Amino acid sequence: MMEFMEGSHAVAHAVKYCRPEVIAAYPITPQTHIVEALADMVANCQLDAEYMTVESEFSALSACLGASAAGSRVYSATTSQGLALMFEVCFNCAGMRFPVVMSIVNRAMGAPLSIWNDQQDSISLRDSGWLQFYAEDNQEAADLHYLAYKVAEDKNVLLPAFVCFDGFILSHTYEPVDMLTQEQVDNYLPRYSPVQRLDSENPLSFGLFASPDYYMEFRYQIDQAMKGAAKNIASAGSEFGEMFGRDYGDMIESYRLEDADCALVAMGSICGTVKDAIDEMRKDGKKVGLMRLRTFRPFPGKEVRSALSNVSRVAILDKNISLGAKGAVALEVKDALYGTQVPVLDYIIALGGRDVRKKDIRAVVEMAEKGKGDLFYGLRQELLA
Amino acid sequence: MSGESCGLFEYGHRACGGCAAALAARTILDAAGKDTIVVSSTGCMEVFSTPYPETAWKVPWIHSLFENNSAVASGIVASLKKQGRKEKVIALGGDGATFDIGMLCISGAFERGHDFVYICYDNEAYMNTGIQRSGATPYDASTTTSPAGKCSSGNRRPKKDLPMILAAHGAPYVATASVAYLPDLKKKVEKALATEGPCYLQVHAPCCTGWGFEGEKTIAIGKLAIETGLWVNYEMEDGKVTRVKKVVRKPVETYLKEQRRFRHLFKPARNDAEIAKVQAVADRNAERFGIDIKLKK
Repeated sequence: MMEFMEGSHAVAHAVKYCRPEVIAAYPITPQTHIVEALADMVANCQLDAEYMTVESEFSALSACLGASAAGSRVYSATTSQGLALMFEVCFNCAGMRFPVVMSIVNRAMGAPLSIWNDQQDSISLRDSGWLQFYAEDNQEAADLHYLAYKVAEDKNVLLPAFVCFDGFILSHTYEPVDMLTQEQVDNYLPRYSPVQRLDSENPLSFGLFASPDYYMEFRYQIDQAMKGAAKNIASAGSEFGEMFGRDYGDMIESYRLEDADCALVAMGSICGTVKDAIDEMRKDGKKVGLMRLRTFRPFPGKEVRSALSNVSRVAILDKNISLGAKGAVALEVKDALYGTQVPVLDYIIALGGRDVRKKDIRAVVEMAEKGKGDLFYGLRQELLA
Repeated sequence: MSGESCGLFEYGHRACGGCAAALAARTILDAAGKDTIVVSSTGCMEVFSTPYPETAWKVPWIHSLFENNSAVASGIVASLKKQGRKEKVIALGGDGATFDIGMLCISGAFERGHDFVYICYDNEAYMNTGIQRSGATPYDASTTTSPAGKCSSGNRRPKKDLPMILAAHGAPYVATASVAYLPDLKKKVEKALATEGPCYLQVHAPCCTGWGFEGEKTIAIGKLAIETGLWVNYEMEDGKVTRVKKVVRKPVETYLKEQRRFRHLFKPARNDAEIAKVQAVADRNAERFGIDIKLKK
């Protein structure tokens, strides 16, 4: 049913329909509306879950890890500094193969302190073994939670997942969202049945230490599971499309890319603005298209290569910066295009909530056409003088 | 040991000979029984009991990180509650995990009131990493990060009073115990598990490697700690001290001189001023808990 909803509330309702048994979270802007909505549902018997108000994000994810080990479907949500505080537990969840699903309401990392949006937080956890999905709009922000649980909990995957969506730009913005019903979600997402759990009837030890004789094989298996998750995303995404009409089987979305000279590459809510700018530029006769990454981990290298190998140039819009190198998306795309002659130019953009307008997208394309790139876009030179 | 099982904490682990922590683990599981989930923090016990692919634990056991065992335990308790399962949950950590790095998680879990027991095996320093000072290291103990030297007499601070801190959280049952008195330890584990809400047990676990004594003396050293008043075995119920082990006190030097970590108090020259300060710690304990048995004249 189509409803006019704030992004956070759309996500909270989607999470409710996933029937998490244990929720542990710590308040942080701009994640709060999600966990407040879930607390309200629990308080009013609309959601039958153990809701844990923990004393830090570190404990939030640790509690989720414990509850997952005991056999429950779990949920948490955080952003920015909170995610950074979870860093150690993130690696642990993935290494111990607990399919925790967590919403990341993307926000910049301090210092300087900023509550506003970019994607530095989740990108900084790219090596931790979590699946990473990025939503363009509130519809996807809600839907990707169903997909995330389904993929993460598959016995061939058993990895935790981030569902990332841009802070304020999506989380605090009202949009029409087609919400599924509980029955529809139940038909798509089966009840969680853990492969192994802490159980006195079958006592197992979890989290042993590995000597150099064993450690690498564990890491290899995690990497294999992550790469293999691509298949699960394809099948679970297509199944979602068949059931509800929105197909998430592809890890990338191509927009007006078939005949494009210049391909923009981006993730998240910026893609709406990019698409509008592309439509305008097309009217002016500029052959511009967009490749949107919906999945960043596993990275869809083959799909990216096939989508971009025929364009004349690629312009990446990176809402993050690997300081001292480039934006993380540019690094991945360059790797995917290695051996082709396609030039890849990187634009660090919209950090800390700086607004991006259609004219900025046009300006990026014009720079790319001149071969000018690998820069921070839109710096206020008067502040740097 | 001739291939016969020694209970739920199996032999064959890699603890030092004379390890008090291993003895504590065995006793704790004897008391707790098989329907118990144990959450260990990183530390000696975790390392010597679970080198992949081996484990000494015959109950469901999990280790996540150094500082989060109580947060993980609280998640397990929440999950069990939701599932209607009845297993008991014990979080086990050394003094570094408990007094220092895990303090925030413990405080949170106790404040939330989860039904679990936190047990600290207190060997009074970071032993797994090589005998560094922790918040549980006693006054004047020489460790690798509080070494005694020409201008230092070892650790400069007294032990943090963690039982009191957790009692102040409203914990219904808080107790101290020692591997020197195993039946008492067992009884306290049983009592803690039978008490609803978050309970705390702090077990004195003399470490032959870290403290510097022969492995066969673990129990004797533990007894001396109590007999000198440097360790007090007591129980607190709803914030009030309800039971205390009383002793005919010996001077602290009978305990100190047995251990390498206090050797600087006696060699190269006897340091009466510092020994008196340690004695004062014991005297304060004796007064606070009323441990002295008054001998009839």
